[in-house]
Amino acid sequence: MKFIYQTWWKVLTVLVILYTLIAGFLFEVPTLPILHETIRNVYFHVPMWMAMFTVFTISVIYSIKYLNTGKEEYDLIVVECVNTGMFFYVLGLITGMMWAKYTWGEFWSNDPKQNSAAVAFLLYCAYAVLRNSIDEEQKRAKISAIYNIFAFPVMVVLIMVLPRMTDSLHPGNGGNPAFGKLDMDNSMRVVLYPAFIAWSALAVWIASLRYRIRLIEYKKNEIN
Amino acid sequence: MKKISLLALLLLSYVGVFAQQGQTVEMADSFRSSGKIYVVIAVIVIIFVGLSVYLFAIDRRLKKIEKEK
Repeated sequence: MKFIYQTWWKVLTVLVILYTLIAGFLFEVPTLPILHETIRNVYFHVPMWMAMFTVFTISVIYSIKYLNTGKEEYDLIVVECVNTGMFFYVLGLITGMMWAKYTWGEFWSNDPKQNSAAVAFLLYCAYAVLRNSIDEEQKRAKISAIYNIFAFPVMVVLIMVLPRMTDSLHPGNGGNPAFGKLDMDNSMRVVLYPAFIAWSALAVWIASLRYRIRLIEYKKNEIN
Repeated sequence: MKKISLLALLLLSYVGVFAQQGQTVEMADSFRSSGKIYVVIAVIVIIFVGLSVYLFAIDRRLKKIEKEK
């Protein structure tokens, strides 16, 4: 936990993201019909989802830790991780809609991937509603921790599993090959994987800032 | 013989269907060669540097408040 107060990894994160911004525009990409230059969106749209998965995963870990120990700090970590994850969730959805408009023809074509992403978003909205509807602190932390642990696998199934079992326009689903061997070459991975790690680290950074603010608020309320 | 040659002709006619293959995918190559893509990169980099400086500033202010306690 000490590392959230350190600076080196934050500098590294910023530098790597700067690299992906520059390389993402300049490096060679495969020439594909329909996609054209929008294939570069892979460097920016997909890392939003990776960042979201990272902070949501951390939130589940701390939900379990909270239930084990009952430490209030862990609950604060969970909340801020979920909040940050929601932020990246919205960014992922909106960038996806933008991309869809120019490749699939419509912002929202009721594609299975889009629909289940929307349902999973509501799942996490319900987390916020559940949390705010309970006044007593310990009860709130416990119930929302349990909810969070169950919401995460459902979200993963909705986003990653169910759309793959039907036909979807989104790459990697149904009869539609992924950005795998076919249409993504190794020159793209040079940018994509650092982008995954760096954007995830950025999400962790933002979540840690929010957590530290909330910790101060929490301690202030405790004294009063 | 006529039937066979007709069949061969029809079988070979698929070659004509591949007219799409030569089609080139439009990429922003000229945009890049004219050099102006660098302007876009510069703008994005400026925005991101600004955002990261902002984040670092928040971090520093938080550290100060944490130390006061």
